[in-house]
Amino acid sequence: MSNARKLSMKNRYSALTRDLDWTPTYVDPKAVFPFTSFEGIKIHDWSKWEDPFRLTVDSYYKYQAEKDKRLYAVLDGFAQSQGHLSLTDARYLNAMKLFIQGVTPLEYAAHRHFAFLSRYYDGPGPRFAAQCQSVDELRHTQTEVHTLSNYNKYYGGMHNWPEQFDRVWYLSVPKSYFEDAMSAGPFEFLIAISFSFEYLLTNLLFVPFMSGASFNGDLPTMTFGFSAQSDESRHMTLGLEAIKFLLEQDEANVPIVQAWIDKWFWRGYRLVALIAQMLDYMLPRKVMSWKESFELYFEEQMLGGLFPDLEFYGITKPRHVEQAIGEKDLLSHQVYWALYQFSFAAGFTTTVPEDDHLDWLSANYPDTFDKYFRPLWDKAKKVQDEGGRVFFRGLPQLCQVCQIPMLFTEPGDPMRLAQRQVVHNGERYDFCSDGCQWIFEREPEKYVQAWLPVHQIYQGNCGGPSVPEVLAWYGLQDGDAGEYAGSVDQQNWERWHDHAGKADVEAPVEAEVRA
Amino acid sequence: MSTPTTPAKVRMVGLDLQENDDSRAIVEAIEEDNEGVAVSRMPGLVRVQCPQRLVINQASVERHLGRPWETQEFQLSIVSYFGHINDWDDDQVVVAWDH
Repeated sequence: MSNARKLSMKNRYSALTRDLDWTPTYVDPKAVFPFTSFEGIKIHDWSKWEDPFRLTVDSYYKYQAEKDKRLYAVLDGFAQSQGHLSLTDARYLNAMKLFIQGVTPLEYAAHRHFAFLSRYYDGPGPRFAAQCQSVDELRHTQTEVHTLSNYNKYYGGMHNWPEQFDRVWYLSVPKSYFEDAMSAGPFEFLIAISFSFEYLLTNLLFVPFMSGASFNGDLPTMTFGFSAQSDESRHMTLGLEAIKFLLEQDEANVPIVQAWIDKWFWRGYRLVALIAQMLDYMLPRKVMSWKESFELYFEEQMLGGLFPDLEFYGITKPRHVEQAIGEKDLLSHQVYWALYQFSFAAGFTTTVPEDDHLDWLSANYPDTFDKYFRPLWDKAKKVQDEGGRVFFRGLPQLCQVCQIPMLFTEPGDPMRLAQRQVVHNGERYDFCSDGCQWIFEREPEKYVQAWLPVHQIYQGNCGGPSVPEVLAWYGLQDGDAGEYAGSVDQQNWERWHDHAGKADVEAPVEAEVRA
Repeated sequence: MSTPTTPAKVRMVGLDLQENDDSRAIVEAIEEDNEGVAVSRMPGLVRVQCPQRLVINQASVERHLGRPWETQEFQLSIVSYFGHINDWDDDQVVVAWDH
């Protein structure tokens, strides 16, 4: 504006990002970039890679520093004002326990893998984009830990997440998803993480957490979430640019990319099953139902908006998408019902939804809730009123691919559990769905190696044969798992609030909580 | 959430922004410079969408904010979007479907 000599964004990007590249002359480029050919993807001109954000190192750090300053001001204010007492209910934190256990380690994994990619792509455009994303993901890991450590002082379930990520049964769902991507090639990783996870499904994954936080009095999570999401919009762009770049470079890339979209859509969709139950069951104050979120963010924006754009390249809607659509009235209920029964072995608690919550579910799922699910809760409530609790005795069978317990039902028949089997080299493998079976059959040698938590328990690799031994191996402490009603968190919450629901003058002391 | 009625085949593009002071000026600028803009709200978020193509002009945002504003500052407001970031330059940001 005022300084006419200042370079335009375009020229700065060209000078400070693209021009720092050189072509190796005394080493074979194939030896410098050894991983970008084995997947069969053909790239003719790396300079055609677009970065609409036109990021340069100086502007990147300038804005990231500003984002952190804003966030840490909020975190300080929250801690100083006993902000945790302003939550809608201590129950809400189950969503955040799931978040730090299951999502934060993914941020760290993404940090590691994007650091790798920022070295190994041939072109400077994607290398620099990957470098920025690597630093972003480390920032997300750190800010999430700092944010949620404010709750860890007072509430259970958040004290052992890095180890739990490697051990606990439901956390193998996100872990195996990401490790599947990290052990793939550099282009498949982009479709898996940048396109499927960050563009196709991001709004289903992250926006519900942030709006849920906003609606339930969780100021710091909302703030770190929006801070992270502002990076996420850049990551979405990387995903979309990646797919367009691959499709435009060579027609032979189209079927390869299509198969990856098919695979990673279904992998990602199964992963967000954990979010579906969170939205419908874990938030005391509801933002929107899973079904509404799925229709808006996925059906309308992605199937209605993105895929017509990709049709231009010959890309069709993901395989098995109709089955995902067919499950939207069932998914969250089936998953939470399973978590309710297995929460004795989880890093969070579950409980029977209260009456007005059940009414909300009936209203939002008029075709399915009263027919299939409300009777289950009525029964569980009756058992609980009589002093019991419905917990599943035994261990669930897991799907070989998504690693979720086999809780999903046949397409079109919500009363019959779906079960698919494949015999490979004389061994039988089980799957929750046609989608997971199809993924296995493409790459059986990969998925036969899956570390399935239930199999590992039976093989004696998880602390011992009894439930208490396994829970000790998970690092679970008293109050982390089980039923919410009567739990340590609930008792503390009651003690800290008077009958009007206002925070009591008797402030919680960190030490007494963990005693 | 209200979704504006649009003729079949018209695809929407849109932005989810943090609900804050800067975003208010950005939304006002978008409403001024685009046709068929719909604004809706979710906890903590403001969503602005319009058919096919959405432009943010630096000059309009500066007028509503009453201070200089670099388009790169938009990174501090954006939470999510749908569409394709077609152009991001000193004077404008454009979100549109390409095909």
